[in-house]
Amino acid sequence: MVSKAESPPAADPGLTSGVDLGQAYRDSNIDALLDELDRELVGLKPVKTRIREIAALLLVAKLRETQGLTTDRPTLHMSFTGRPGTGKTTVAMRMAKILNHLGYVRKGHLVVATRDDLVGQYVGHTAPKTKEVIKRAMGGVLFIDEAYYLYRPENERDYGPEAIEMLLQVMENNRDDLVVVLAGYKDRMDTFFHSNPGFHSRVAHHLDFPDYETDELMGIAELMLASQHYEFDGTARRAFREYLERRMTMPHFANARSVRNAIDRAKLRQANRLVKKGGTVARGELTRIDADDIRQSRVFADDGEDSTDTPHRGGKDAV
Amino acid sequence: MHITQGTFSYLPPLSDVQIRAQVQYCLDQDWAVSIEFTDDPHPRNAYWDMWGLPMFDVKDSAGVMNEVQACRAAKPERYIRVNGYDRRYGRQTVGLSFIVQRPKNEPGFRLERQESTDRVIRYTLHSYATDKPEGERY
Repeated sequence: MVSKAESPPAADPGLTSGVDLGQAYRDSNIDALLDELDRELVGLKPVKTRIREIAALLLVAKLRETQGLTTDRPTLHMSFTGRPGTGKTTVAMRMAKILNHLGYVRKGHLVVATRDDLVGQYVGHTAPKTKEVIKRAMGGVLFIDEAYYLYRPENERDYGPEAIEMLLQVMENNRDDLVVVLAGYKDRMDTFFHSNPGFHSRVAHHLDFPDYETDELMGIAELMLASQHYEFDGTARRAFREYLERRMTMPHFANARSVRNAIDRAKLRQANRLVKKGGTVARGELTRIDADDIRQSRVFADDGEDSTDTPHRGGKDAV
Repeated sequence: MHITQGTFSYLPPLSDVQIRAQVQYCLDQDWAVSIEFTDDPHPRNAYWDMWGLPMFDVKDSAGVMNEVQACRAAKPERYIRVNGYDRRYGRQTVGLSFIVQRPKNEPGFRLERQESTDRVIRYTLHSYATDKPEGERY
């Protein structure tokens, strides 16, 4: 990516000829990606700051390389911690693209794996499974969701450690080929790292994803609706805010994922309402979600239990 | 005798960097790359042993190269080839196939003549290596 900057310094690497950092920055086209990240992901301030820092570090490391300054290839393995629906997978996908643009991974695709994909059921089953996943992730980013399930100290005949061992080996030996991102709840990841010091020392960047505020969730909802060509009317917006405030105090609240589920159900009710009404429907009617579509939610019922909204455990909407 | 079959077989053996580039070409075409080995390199022997399954969703050649190295380590005295299978409808055939390892000593083939009726002679190839039983050929 810094092919332009490469040729002159290569001629006399010993001299402090200086490089145009701004030019390299523009060449890497990283700004567009970071802006996109800012625009399309609501909130997550600390995460975004951290990603900018990492991008800057990587860019400078590349430039140092062109200047003949020996730098070890920076360790890129990361851990993303945070509660469900805080955008870990989405950010990992963006991260893969950023790394690809900076020339740290060759392809920039994301392979999502959980314990089931890595650990086998019987002796000798784990190694090929893990190897298969690693093979697919080569040249991209391997995202291990709920990584702490790999390590189950209570069962000494568990095959998880075998997978862990292979991962550690790959993280060390194939640093040029893939970047591993471990993700999960913060507290459990902390215990996981504590009991697997090998992982802790190989993971350079720990990013913690904060929970969203109500305003941010509203922003997410508006973004989601806009991308699907729907919109709230004024009363619906108020109703949805109220919905969020109630929903946030309930169990199994999964941040952005809950928002998406709520919107999906609102769309369902809207469609139902339109079909019942029959007759000709204006274009505006097709896109508008009104307060009634939201107020029908069971969250507004007094007992407050919205069973349809309970995300199933460990289930993941991939993208 | 240097066996010439598959792509690039009239060239000097490819280096790992070159193999890697060819594999990456296959992957970029969305071809599934597979690795096969044999100790019976007769040109008509289409049935080489598979080294694992074809790698359908690998995107980067590093994954394939690891498998090539593993196959070389496990089968040092075998022919190993890499195939790129184009699964597109209307093609559905191997788009590229080349040898990435050969045994140190390649004895080659003998031409056999079979006399038939009316002074007809039938010709066939016989691999010296296949005189020995399977597993001891190279």
